[in-house]
Amino acid sequence: MATKVLSKKLKTQTPVAAKKATASERLEVLKTYKIYIGGKFPRTESGRYYKAQNANGHTLANVCLSSRKDFREAVVSARAAFADWGSRAAFNRSQILYRIAEMLEGRKAQFIEELCRQNISTTLAEKEVTLSIDRLIYYAGWCDKFQQVLSSVNPVASSHFNFSNPEPTGVVAAIAPQQTSLLGLVSVVAPIIAGGNTCVVLASYTKPLCAVTFAEVLNSSDVPAGVVNILTGKISELYPYFADHMDVNAVVFCENDADIKNAIQLKASNNLKRVIFYDKILWENIDAQSPYFIQDTQEIKTTWHPIENIGGAKAGY
Amino acid sequence: MEAAPRNAEGMRSIAYSGTAADRKTNAALHKQLKTFVLHLIVTIKIMTDKKISYLPDFTLSPRIDQVGIEERAARITKRSIKKETKVNGLLLTLNMIDLTTLEGKDTEGKVKQLCYKAMHLMDVYEGLPTVAAVCVYPSMVKTAKKALEGSGIKVASVATAFPSGQAPQSVKISDTKYAVQQGADEIDMVISRGKFLEGEYNFVFDEIAAIKEACGEARLKVILETGELVTYDKVRRASDIAMYAGADFIKTSTGKISPAATLPVTLVMLQAIRDFYYKTGKMIGMKPAGGISKSKLALHYLVMLNEILGEDWMNNKWFRFGASSLANDVLMQLMKEKTGIYQGKDYFSID
Repeated sequence: MATKVLSKKLKTQTPVAAKKATASERLEVLKTYKIYIGGKFPRTESGRYYKAQNANGHTLANVCLSSRKDFREAVVSARAAFADWGSRAAFNRSQILYRIAEMLEGRKAQFIEELCRQNISTTLAEKEVTLSIDRLIYYAGWCDKFQQVLSSVNPVASSHFNFSNPEPTGVVAAIAPQQTSLLGLVSVVAPIIAGGNTCVVLASYTKPLCAVTFAEVLNSSDVPAGVVNILTGKISELYPYFADHMDVNAVVFCENDADIKNAIQLKASNNLKRVIFYDKILWENIDAQSPYFIQDTQEIKTTWHPIENIGGAKAGY
Repeated sequence: MEAAPRNAEGMRSIAYSGTAADRKTNAALHKQLKTFVLHLIVTIKIMTDKKISYLPDFTLSPRIDQVGIEERAARITKRSIKKETKVNGLLLTLNMIDLTTLEGKDTEGKVKQLCYKAMHLMDVYEGLPTVAAVCVYPSMVKTAKKALEGSGIKVASVATAFPSGQAPQSVKISDTKYAVQQGADEIDMVISRGKFLEGEYNFVFDEIAAIKEACGEARLKVILETGELVTYDKVRRASDIAMYAGADFIKTSTGKISPAATLPVTLVMLQAIRDFYYKTGKMIGMKPAGGISKSKLALHYLVMLNEILGEDWMNNKWFRFGASSLANDVLMQLMKEKTGIYQGKDYFSID
């Protein structure tokens, strides 16, 4: 009796099992979206993550919810990278920015696909990616030219040759525009690094996919480790550390939130950081790019060089 | 082992005198020898009873399990130390630092500045301890001694043709004596690594003993330069030699060779100190030096110290960090704990 039941069971089960074995569909390999610190892709030290969703509530990916310690580590690598990056020939920085654009062009399709998954039409996605590439090219061009535009020879009433020129301010902590996935990030990062600074950027909370993929582009385009560090996570949790870390020289904030802006200004006063708000900029517009974005994270150094008495000089001959 | 040939020598000379005819003298000699041997046995018994250190065979120093040591050292880095414990650990770390400048370009001005830093690590932070000592070259001892007068901070001086140790013994001894005369409280000597690697352990032993004698009152730290000793077995052997030869401290490195101090190598040396203590009842200090520039790493060393040697060693009489940039990192971490704000090195004095 018992064997009969067993054989019956086996009979009913066999065809299903056979079907499973032969026609198992290939599982898609999903990408792990990790953060980018010092040229490496670690997970957040906190072990936390959140689900990035598109407008329909469909989960796109598990993304790192970065902690203040991730930010601290990122600042350490940014600081370490600054000495080299800031003192490179401007022309070399230009070449590297151009290289980023080249690599981005090569992976255009991937970015468009990611943007579409985040509920943007293909046309708009394509526009955003090409605009981002063009913006990189734009700032690549400015790398070794903005110094000439922003510097000056100053007339002084003493025997000095007096001139001012821009120098990178150091480590810049930036909170990228939250509404765009790629263009906002690129538009903020490009002028910062074009000027010889290194940076830590917090990507868009709701649209983080392109930021992480952009990190892969940076990683394969001769950008030295630590020059750009990209975190994903919450503004509300991280902005206090962006603003009061003593080893950060400037902080960029791109949202129009009065309370946070106020708090950033207060905290930044601890070590007199530059505070830069890009809260009313439409990043797809043509006026969202200019050398003045580079100037924002530059310090102007003025040199008084003693010379012969030209102030009172009359022609000696 | 060494007594055997000497005995043979003695017997031979007696036999010789036997052939020289005078039986009376021979018998007297025999009696003498008997009493001598008896004495010898008695003294050896007294020595062992009183635990007076007799020399072990250094070639028989324990072998070290490399994998085991590295694994254990790695486990120690997993300990989590937070809040008050961390602050206390950091304060203790500061108090154990030998603030060091050992460069060809050292000037009196630089040494004075370093001494000032040693006394005033960060005046805005109340209740901060000073460092344990300032470590300089012999020619700077006088300057440092004067600058540190009345502060309680010791002056340590490297000696014995630091960092290579490649000089005749007479030069090394006069180098040491000079540093002591100038007022050094502590002497950091280097062992002759070349001789050690050749297997000339007696040479190394005698040299350390000679320098110890030249030190007088000053405490002697013996630098093994573990980066040049290649294996943990040799580190252990060198540690044993140094301790039996009279070292007050054993120290990993000069800081001029990479790798300098590492956790595993320190673990090996701490175990050697422990074994020596069990055998002789004598405490020996430990000083890892070179490559320790982050507070977190320093805390790992303290954890290890506590686990291997225990609380008696947890003070600057028995443990030191040889470091130049560690102090600033510790200060930054202390300020972070105090203010809640991550610190930048631009706001801390270099030296």
